[in-house]
Amino acid sequence: MPLLEIVDLKASFGSHAVLEDFSMSVDEGAIVSLIGPSGSGKSTLLRVLMGLLPIDRGSVRMNGRVVDYADKAALHALRAEIAIVFQQYNLFQNMTVIDNVMITPTRIRRWPRKDVERHAMQLLTRVGLADRLRAYPDELSGGQQQRVAIARALALKPKILFLDEITAALDPELVGEVLETIRELSSDGITMLIVSHEMGFVRKLSSKVVFMAQGRIVETGTPQQIFDAPLEARTRDFVGKILRH
Amino acid sequence: MSISIYDARLLLTGLLTTLALAVVGCGAGFLCGFAVAICRTTRAHGMAPLRAALYGYCLLFRRVPFLVTLFLVFFVSQSVNADLPTFAVALLTLCLIATAYLSEIIRGGLESVHSGQWQAARALNFSYWQALRYVIVPQAWRVIVPPAVGFFVMFIKDTALASQIGVMELTSAGKVLGNKGLPSMLVYGMILLLYFVISYPLTRLGKHAERKLAVTRNR
Amino acid sequence: MTLQFRPILEQWPYLLGGAWLSLEMAVLAFVCGMSIGLVCAALLQFAPPYPRRLITAYVTFATNTPQLVQIYFLFFGLPEVGVILPPLAAVLVGMTFNAGAYLCEILRAGFLSLRPAELEAAEVLGFSRLQLIRLVMMPHVMKVMFPSLSNQFIMMTLGTSMASVFGVEELTGRTLSLGADTYLSVEAFTVAAVLYLVISLVATFTLVLYGRLVHRIKTRML
Repeated sequence: MPLLEIVDLKASFGSHAVLEDFSMSVDEGAIVSLIGPSGSGKSTLLRVLMGLLPIDRGSVRMNGRVVDYADKAALHALRAEIAIVFQQYNLFQNMTVIDNVMITPTRIRRWPRKDVERHAMQLLTRVGLADRLRAYPDELSGGQQQRVAIARALALKPKILFLDEITAALDPELVGEVLETIRELSSDGITMLIVSHEMGFVRKLSSKVVFMAQGRIVETGTPQQIFDAPLEARTRDFVGKILRH
Repeated sequence: MSISIYDARLLLTGLLTTLALAVVGCGAGFLCGFAVAICRTTRAHGMAPLRAALYGYCLLFRRVPFLVTLFLVFFVSQSVNADLPTFAVALLTLCLIATAYLSEIIRGGLESVHSGQWQAARALNFSYWQALRYVIVPQAWRVIVPPAVGFFVMFIKDTALASQIGVMELTSAGKVLGNKGLPSMLVYGMILLLYFVISYPLTRLGKHAERKLAVTRNR
Repeated sequence: MTLQFRPILEQWPYLLGGAWLSLEMAVLAFVCGMSIGLVCAALLQFAPPYPRRLITAYVTFATNTPQLVQIYFLFFGLPEVGVILPPLAAVLVGMTFNAGAYLCEILRAGFLSLRPAELEAAEVLGFSRLQLIRLVMMPHVMKVMFPSLSNQFIMMTLGTSMASVFGVEELTGRTLSLGADTYLSVEAFTVAAVLYLVISLVATFTLVLYGRLVHRIKTRML
């Protein structure tokens, strides 16, 4: 049974449909990447799944149970299982690095402080920022902030990690460190749903790649299938364009 | 035609009354203004009539002269027959007006916080109040403090109008001394100086705070 | 508490006349204040240290003391040195004194917002001195200052209400008289409040419209 299952999802902005007939499943331990041109609805999908945007039609199943986005308690429970890292990192500007990572487990979830502190230290060491615990976000580079955001997401021990174009807002020389962090984490077996433009990264890391355009899925397959032997013309077109450089 | 100790005491009482009106009025105004600002920034549909009412309230008390509001509250309190001391009437009016102005300032501060902060908080399962308390309000302070200090300075000057309904504050003290026969230029010059002495340090404080808080922070 | 608005509303021409006087006062004080403000701002920019310190003292003093007391000073003080002004004139002088200081600050902020880079760019593109001022500096400065100037004008219009203290028959003064005559002060001041609200909304709307059409400044209505 897949961890996350999406069936016939439809979402729109006013009269404009941003997601249509969307069906996809994410197995436990899998790394699923969404690729496609801008405006294809990739980031919208993540936001819809997090309950940040409304659904018109269709269903989302987590661990076999249907998610009722209108029910506050269900939404709360869902957000406890999925953690998202944003393109703009969105670190809490008024808190230090360590506080950013610790605040949600301690204040919101009310986990014991000692355990949270230990776990937070582990995570920050993992992402390579153990020496900047007391720094504020505006003292860090974009790459460093994004790594803190990853640690913050993982502090909640989520079942799935959503990564929404996490390197898109970074200077080129900082992209590598963030991708490296994700590569290391993938070896821990965390389930991930990634939206990215970094094709080399997607190709090497993913277990499944989904190509989207205009709110619909065009083709799904392994990285080898999508990048080396695409079936659809549109996929071929897109892959050809991006892999040229 | 000399200034006696009683005159000095009168001025001091007046000064203290002015300060009391300003501090209490602004303090209460800030607390109520906070509540109003939070109500006005919610998006819940059920709260729409309340939001509209508060919008009207803020508009009204900022677009009507202080003196008119003061007289209105004064005459209403008179007809309701409360033997309300004029100090209380003035204080009530001041609180109403301060709430209207400060809620606008606070609302501006809350709305200046980038929406990404809200999104991150909600995604991490913060409740609305938790997001406000831990993330939004701490960041909104930076934007709230300079105009709030500026408002406080303006507010101190507005308390002078309370003299018109009989409150014994600094300006009234000046009128009394003037009526006693002391030269008006001297009396009112002194009153102006006293207002200056309490306002100017605050103005400087506000400018200092503005400079210190103007650190650019990314999102 | 039953309210009788009819006797008050019947006097609408009387009240409206007061409102009109308030507006006239505000406009006059604004225009005179602008003249003073312009001179002061220019002096602050170009004059030697001593006049500059004097202007700074004036601005600091006038913006940190209440307008009411400033007018009291003039109203009761001037006759003592032999200058006898009718109440309206004394109030207008006081308002101008106060406005001049605030407007000087606004104008100064406007001048200081000019960036040398913008002017250099224009100069390099071959603009003459006059063209520079008219086509680059003035629009930019107006955009920066317009909201503050509009706000100042609205505040001054509302500020005319303190003229009633000195017997001037503007809106607040007339409301006081009417309230006293009819014993319906609550109703009178309610109507006055509404009138002031309407005046300030109309003024705001007009100014926003003017800003949009003439200076192409886009601002929110309220």
